[in-house]
Amino acid sequence: MEPVRATEIMAVAGARELRDGEIIVVGLGLPQVAVVLAKRTHAPRLTSLLEIGVVDMNPVDTPVGLADSRIFHGATCWSGFLDVLGMNLHRGVVDVGFLGALELDRYGNINTTLLQEDSGKVRYFNGSAGGNDVASLAKRVIVILRHEKRKLPLAVAHLTSPGFVGGKSRAQLGLRGGGPHRIITDMAVLGFDSQTHEACLLSVHPGISAPAVQDNTGFPLRIPAQVPVTPLPTAEELRLLREEIDPRGVYLR
Amino acid sequence: MTHDNHQPREKLCTLAEAIERFVPDGASVAMGLQLESMIPFAAGHEIIRQRKRDLTLVGPISDILFDQLIGAGCARKIVAAWVGNVMMGSAYNFRRALEEGIPHPVEMVDHTNFTVALALHAAALGVPFLPTYTAIGSDLFARNEGLVEFEAPYTRETMTAVRAIAPDVAILQAQRADTEGNAHVWGNLGAAPDAARAARSVIVVAEEIVSSKVIASDPNRTVIPGFLVSAVVEAPFGAHPSPVQGYYNRDNNYYREYHRGTKTRQDFEAWLDHWVLGVGDRQGYLDLLGAERADSLKVRKHAYAARTDFGH
Repeated sequence: MEPVRATEIMAVAGARELRDGEIIVVGLGLPQVAVVLAKRTHAPRLTSLLEIGVVDMNPVDTPVGLADSRIFHGATCWSGFLDVLGMNLHRGVVDVGFLGALELDRYGNINTTLLQEDSGKVRYFNGSAGGNDVASLAKRVIVILRHEKRKLPLAVAHLTSPGFVGGKSRAQLGLRGGGPHRIITDMAVLGFDSQTHEACLLSVHPGISAPAVQDNTGFPLRIPAQVPVTPLPTAEELRLLREEIDPRGVYLR
Repeated sequence: MTHDNHQPREKLCTLAEAIERFVPDGASVAMGLQLESMIPFAAGHEIIRQRKRDLTLVGPISDILFDQLIGAGCARKIVAAWVGNVMMGSAYNFRRALEEGIPHPVEMVDHTNFTVALALHAAALGVPFLPTYTAIGSDLFARNEGLVEFEAPYTRETMTAVRAIAPDVAILQAQRADTEGNAHVWGNLGAAPDAARAARSVIVVAEEIVSSKVIASDPNRTVIPGFLVSAVVEAPFGAHPSPVQGYYNRDNNYYREYHRGTKTRQDFEAWLDHWVLGVGDRQGYLDLLGAERADSLKVRKHAYAARTDFGH
């Protein structure tokens, strides 16, 4: 069998964060893979929502992007923004939201808008989309990103989506959602300290050392004396990922 | 605020007529309200050909349509939650305009998908703002005067007041419409129902014009009622390269080609000449696209809804 890829470890780590019966707002890519995997293993009664207004997708084949009718296939309800982002997410019934990030800092704040180069020149990227809404309002936020020093700075260049802004609690900030909960990268899984709200190392993926993770992180990570290793996918999880959920390797390769 | 649809005038018209009449220079235009689906590219290209200027573009995510309008020099201001090429990342005209003022400077007003929807919904309700808990603590406030923190009555909490956005015109794609503009839309709706009710005038671009009997046979499917509509246009494949549920799928290669083909200003100008300025009208675009490519995008595995009884 082919060796396990980092993307597969990430998808499985994401799936295992989801509990049966939960309501999840999911985006494009690995989060979508993680939700489908959870649903086909330990959490068959997950409800997935796409922000545009799709409830309970049951994708056929591997959809490319969020406008692929294959992802909408088998959905039980189609509505719109006011329903999913408003009457579900804003009302507070969404348990988990998945996000990506251009930059993520030690307090879990996310930047997807712009960067400033050393010369002072501003480079624009894309903006919030529904990211700020999910970051503000979901009970637990899971961020998936590539582990690079420049993507994990001490403070984001622009605060598009709030985590624990300035190290404050979410209640102090007046934010309804619970904030960042897990950061899943291709090297490790990070969490947040319940007192200081700073990111800390929870586990390293097989073959990765804690110092290597710190070397690739732009802020000091709290590292426990004994660092657990992120569990490898089971044979059944790998089979589902490779044969059923993403056989063409659209997201996992 | 009145809708510009009171005159008993024939609503069915060509795309060129609809754009000429309802999209004046300086107008605010809501389009691309359903994320990556049903984006009115045909209408956008007609706006470019008519060389409209100083437009304010409103929409959550417009995929590459806003980028094209920016590159063509039509836009002065962008009110959006996200601008780019959803599949590929960057949109080069958007970046050139913001970073270097090419072809001219453009003002960006940052929203989230939900605050765009709320702003349109507020206008649809006729109220000046709507409250939300989203965006608190973020830098969005610095880049959008239409987001203000305030203390809520009754609870004394800090909330965000999202200012209403009433676009001059909303351009909405529909699967089918009658000549009065009653439009059946299905699939994910995004903020389309809100925009249809927020705008002063509405242009419906439909894949097919059908009889009023077809519309009345399934009134729950009428997302845009005709009395709100100013102009109705029949434009098959009018949303290409974005998808229309039940008609055609997304042309992913087109987005890849656009990404590769618009990296420099010079490349974009060539792209614009080829696909927009050089084709004359939408039929010319479809001829250039080719019947084979269009055919390959059509929905093949049909899945029809169960019959619904509206009898008495």
